[in-house]
Amino acid sequence: MIRVELPAHLRTLGQITGEVQLEVEGIPTQASLLDALEARYPMLQGTLRDHTTKQRRPFIRFFACEEDLSHNRPEDPLPEAVAPGKEPFWIVGAITGGS
Amino acid sequence: MGRSDCNRCKNWAATGVSKVRDNSIGEWTAGRIRAHRKFPGQAARDHRADQEGVIVSTVRVLVGTKKGAFVLTSDAMRMKWGVEGPLFAGWEMYHVKGSPVDPDRLYASQCSGWFGQMIQRSNDGGKSWEPVDNKFVYDGIPGTHQWFDGTQHPWEFKRVWHLEPSLTDPDMVYAGVEDAAMFRTTDGGASWHEMSGLRNHNTGPQWSPGAGGLGLHTILIDPTNPQRIFIAISAAGAFRTEDGGTTWKPINKGLRSQYIPDPDAEIGHCVHRIALHPSRPNVLFMQKHWDVMRSDDAGDSWHEVSGNLPTDFGFVVDVHAHEPETIYVVPIKSDSEHFPVDGKLQVYRSKTGGNEWEALTSGLPQENCYVNVLRDAMAVDSMDSCGIYFGTTGGQVYASADSGDTWNAIVRDLPAVLSVEVQTLS
Repeated sequence: MIRVELPAHLRTLGQITGEVQLEVEGIPTQASLLDALEARYPMLQGTLRDHTTKQRRPFIRFFACEEDLSHNRPEDPLPEAVAPGKEPFWIVGAITGGS
Repeated sequence: MGRSDCNRCKNWAATGVSKVRDNSIGEWTAGRIRAHRKFPGQAARDHRADQEGVIVSTVRVLVGTKKGAFVLTSDAMRMKWGVEGPLFAGWEMYHVKGSPVDPDRLYASQCSGWFGQMIQRSNDGGKSWEPVDNKFVYDGIPGTHQWFDGTQHPWEFKRVWHLEPSLTDPDMVYAGVEDAAMFRTTDGGASWHEMSGLRNHNTGPQWSPGAGGLGLHTILIDPTNPQRIFIAISAAGAFRTEDGGTTWKPINKGLRSQYIPDPDAEIGHCVHRIALHPSRPNVLFMQKHWDVMRSDDAGDSWHEVSGNLPTDFGFVVDVHAHEPETIYVVPIKSDSEHFPVDGKLQVYRSKTGGNEWEALTSGLPQENCYVNVLRDAMAVDSMDSCGIYFGTTGGQVYASADSGDTWNAIVRDLPAVLSVEVQTLS
C-alpha cells in the first residue's frame, strides 16, 4: 500500500482527507503511481502533469525517503521503502515565492 | 414603475402583472413583471416573494480575484450586500459567469501557477461546485505564433481568461484562452473542444502577446444571430465569425496603433475590451490600449470616440442596460503607470455613444488612489435604475444603483479583482 501526501489545494480539490493510500500493481514507478492516483481522483488530471505529454508541471516536486525524485524518469522504480508504505511519496508545490 | 425587460438578454417571457418595488424610491407600485425564459420551475425559484406575495428582485455579483472568488448579493435597493467567500481560496479566479438561461448555472475559471487550469461548475447559484473537464488541447499540430523577440514560438495553453455561456443553452459555453484560442463545451463542461478556425486564421503566426500574454479575453455573442460572435485578443485585435466559429475575419479597419510598425495593420492591435448593447448588435464599443473606438457596422470599420477623456487609455468599456448610447469607461494613466490620472478614481460616462464624456466621481476616492481596473472587471445589471459595477486591483468593488451618478464600495479589501459579472435575478 503506497502512501501519498498531497498539497492542501489538491486535497481540497479532490475532497481528500489525510493521506491517500494506493495499490499499484508490479514495481511502482512515478508514472504508475500517478496513473493510479488520477484514476481514483480524475479531477487531479492535469494538475500534476500535462494531459497529453505527461510531463511533470514545472512547479510540482516529488520527494520520498529524503530524496528529490522530480527529475527521475517517470518509468524509474520508486525507492523500496515507498511500495510497502514504510515511507510516503510526497507531492509538493515548489516554493517559488508566489504573489 | 415596473421592472423593465432585461435588455441584456432577449430571452424573456411575459409572466403577468404584479406589484414590484420601485428601485429608485423603495415603494410598492403596480407593474408588469417579466422573467428570463428558464427551465420548468426555474422562474419560480428565482422569484422571491414576501408575505404579501410581492415579487422582489435580487442582484448577484460574481467577483473573480487573484486569490479566490466572491459572491455578493443584495436586494433591488442594492444598498446592503452579503459577501460570501473566498471560494477556491488561494486560486486565481480569472472569470466567473452565469448562464443567461439558467442563472443558477455558473461556470468559473480557476487556475494556479502550481496546478494549472481547473473549470468549476455550479448548478445552484454558487452554493456548491464541482470540477469539470480541464483538458484544453489545441487541435492538431499547434504550430507557432510570433514571440516577443520576433521569433516563432509554439502555441502553449496557459489559462482560461474568459467564459461566455451561450444565450440559449446552459450546457454550451465558449472559453477564451491564453495562448489565444477559442474552445467550446456543449455538455456543460464535461469536455472542451477547440474552435480551431480562429487560431488557424492565416494571420495566426503573426499574432504576438501583449504584456499580459496572448490572451483571448472578450467573447460577445450576437443575441439576434448566435452564428455571429465577436472576439478580441491582446495583442492581435478583434475578429468576427458569421458561421458559428468555423471561419473568422479580422475586424480592425480604422484602428490606429502607433506602437506597431504599420499603425493601420490588419492585425496586431492591442484591443482591451469590446462591448455591445443587445438591442443593437451592429454597434460595438472598444477600449483599445489607447483610444476608445466605435463601430456602427459590426466591426467592419471603426472610428475614434475618445473625445474629451482625460486619457484614452484604459481597460474596461460597458453599455448601460437600457440606453444603448450610454457607455462607460475608466480612464487609466499609461503607458507604464496603470493607475487613475492624478490619483482620482473616475468613471467616465457618455450619453451620446462617445466623444462627449462626463466624469462620475461621487463616492469614488478623489485623492491618493492608485489602483487599476482590469478588462473583465466592469458589468451592469438590468434593474430599472441600471446598476454599474467595477472592481479594482486594490480589492474594492464599487457599485452604483443610479447609472453611475453615485457610487458605494460593496467591499473594500478583497484580493486584486480580476473580473466582475452581475446577475439580475427577477
